[in-house]
Amino acid sequence: MNIIVCVKQIPDPETPAASFKVDEAAKKVIPAQGIAPVVNPYDPQATEAALRLKDAAGGGKVTVISLGPDTARDAIKHALAMGADEGVLLSDPAFADIDNFQTANALAKAIQKLGGADLILMGRAAADWDMGVVPTGVGQILGLPVVTVAKAIEATASSVKVERVLDDGFQSVEAPLPAIVSVSNEFGEPRYPQLRQIMLAAKKTVQVWTAADLGLGAEDLGAANRAMPLEALYVPKVESNVEIIEGDSPEEKARNLALKLRAAKLI
Amino acid sequence: MAGILVVAETVEGEISGFTLELLGAAKVLSGEGGGAVTAFIASGPAQALLAHGAETVYTSAAAADSLAEVLAPAVEAAVAASGADIVLVAQSSLGRDLGPMLAFRAKTGVAMDCTGLAIEGGRLRATRSAYGGNARAEHTWKSGVQIVTVKGKAFDPAQAGAGGGNVVPVEVVGEARIKVLGVSKAVAEGIKLEDAQIVVSGGRGLGDPSAFKQLEELAGTLKQAAVGASRAACDLGWWPPAQQVGLTGKTVSPNLYIAIAISGASQHMAGMGGSKNIVAINKDADANMVKVSKFAIVDDYKKVLPALIAEIKKLG
Ligand SMILES: Cc1cc2nc3c(=O)[nH]c(=O)nc-3n(C[C@H](O)[C@H](O)[C@H](O)COP(=O)(O)OP(=O)(O)OC[C@H]3O[C@@H](n4cnc5c(N)ncnc54)[C@H](O)[C@@H]3O)c2cc1C
Ligand SMILES: Nc1ncnc2c1ncn2[C@@H]1O[C@H](COP(=O)(O)O)[C@@H](O)[C@H]1O
Repeated sequence: MNIIVCVKQIPDPETPAASFKVDEAAKKVIPAQGIAPVVNPYDPQATEAALRLKDAAGGGKVTVISLGPDTARDAIKHALAMGADEGVLLSDPAFADIDNFQTANALAKAIQKLGGADLILMGRAAADWDMGVVPTGVGQILGLPVVTVAKAIEATASSVKVERVLDDGFQSVEAPLPAIVSVSNEFGEPRYPQLRQIMLAAKKTVQVWTAADLGLGAEDLGAANRAMPLEALYVPKVESNVEIIEGDSPEEKARNLALKLRAAKLI
Repeated sequence: MAGILVVAETVEGEISGFTLELLGAAKVLSGEGGGAVTAFIASGPAQALLAHGAETVYTSAAAADSLAEVLAPAVEAAVAASGADIVLVAQSSLGRDLGPMLAFRAKTGVAMDCTGLAIEGGRLRATRSAYGGNARAEHTWKSGVQIVTVKGKAFDPAQAGAGGGNVVPVEVVGEARIKVLGVSKAVAEGIKLEDAQIVVSGGRGLGDPSAFKQLEELAGTLKQAAVGASRAACDLGWWPPAQQVGLTGKTVSPNLYIAIAISGASQHMAGMGGSKNIVAINKDADANMVKVSKFAIVDDYKKVLPALIAEIKKLG
């Protein structure tokens, strides 16, 4: 079974609010001091799903694609160290400031250039823009069915069965292959690369493709060609007016809180 | 031509509360010059949509629980027929798929999970949270139809009025390539998390799942209260994922939110930041949840909670 996994490198989504800064004029996040970018947390779960499906099928190939700056190579390396077979880095200055619509287009072109796959796995959303549109976008561009927010995935030679997480429960669906599936955190923890695999991964090939390699020109890319111009980016103001409830013991604090809540008619 | 099309959803045959919020948002936009409000519903109570402010309702031959791939062409036909240039979709399980699908089909953009919408110069400007809640982004559309999914609890629901208007059937439906094999609904007992006036939530700092029994007891002593959890607690299997509060969980805006042993990560705040009054019980005075709360106890919840429950019972 041939599987393509798309992984994105993003600023650490657990960056504490105090370290999170924005350049409002440039409408860009200022990288936080000493906090390295990470792989989008859902994407190793997509990689994990790919590795398990390949094993269950008794063979095949897992190819990892990432679009991003040169450092995005680390996101690919991480997937290779988990056990993926090959990587493709889509990197070009022209990719700076593109939105996820342009991203979906570039990923779709890369998938075509790889000759397609039986299954394409992605994360449910990238935890930078929190949009969750690229999987559906790539599906529309390539004409493939898309199943989102997967908790569990099983594949046969011709179809994929997915348990999806819904707002109020679960849904089990079946889609014909080739298909795209986006993976959610309910899938479970991905494996952690072992030292030996990290060393093996260093020998695996990572091709680098530019915009031109994908047949994309300046008219397709860049901030000027965003479907949705970004008008403003800022950090919302939060005021702290907290009243710390005092007391000589935890129990007394609890009693004082109950009285406060009653006085404020909150309970 | 300008106009706003709301994509309606039903829950057990009734218009969903979320849809009423979309109609509320549409009314606001209409008042700002966004044009007429119309609605699309796969199938279901079209009259109720007319009563809540839609001038025309487009219905289809598709089942109410159809997937996005089936509904997208029908919604597209409704957009064309209504002349709407704004489409409002819920940030629901369906909307998460339908919004992007409509946008990619129309080669336009979609702003997901929007918290603010306004008409400026005849066009839409959408505000949404990004970077897990650490940032706000504002978007406009370069051209074409402006599609948004709207965050729950961001707009007041539309009220029922006199109604009146047309119901227009739309013939086209998309091909169903994805087959639904089964659905299992998580049944939460008692009041729904999204509707609760008081939400008691627990986090990883509870240390073990049995603490949720105490949270349930606290909720039980309060009126109209439900129990939620942080994702860390849900991922540990301590509380059902359907009761998770936050960016990837439920959005709640109760009158009172009691956060017990939850640090207040931005992604959690994204689901409860709209609460009218926040109370934190946390042993760390520097926890973000303490900073954003109205009242906080900085101490071990294990000692605080039993006393709090006892005192509230005493107050009656
Ligand atoms: C893409 C993405 C999406 C996410 N979506 C969500 C989401 O929807 N919802 C969500 O909640 N999170 C979400 N998260 C996770 C989020 O970033 C945090 O990791 C999570 O909210 C932390 O949960 P917590 O506060 O329970 O745990 P922690 O951050 O570990 O906090 C535990 C708290 O308990 C306190 N504590 C410990 N012991 C005690 C005690 N005995 N008494 C009192 N206090 C005590 C500690 O001081 C601490 O403040 C998401 C993350 C990502 C990357
Ligand atoms: N630049 C990128 N490179 C590789 N994959 C991406 C990229 N952007 C998005 N994706 C994939 O699409 C998923 C959803 O992203 P998004 O729609 O941007 O929230 C991610 O989890 C990735 O699997």
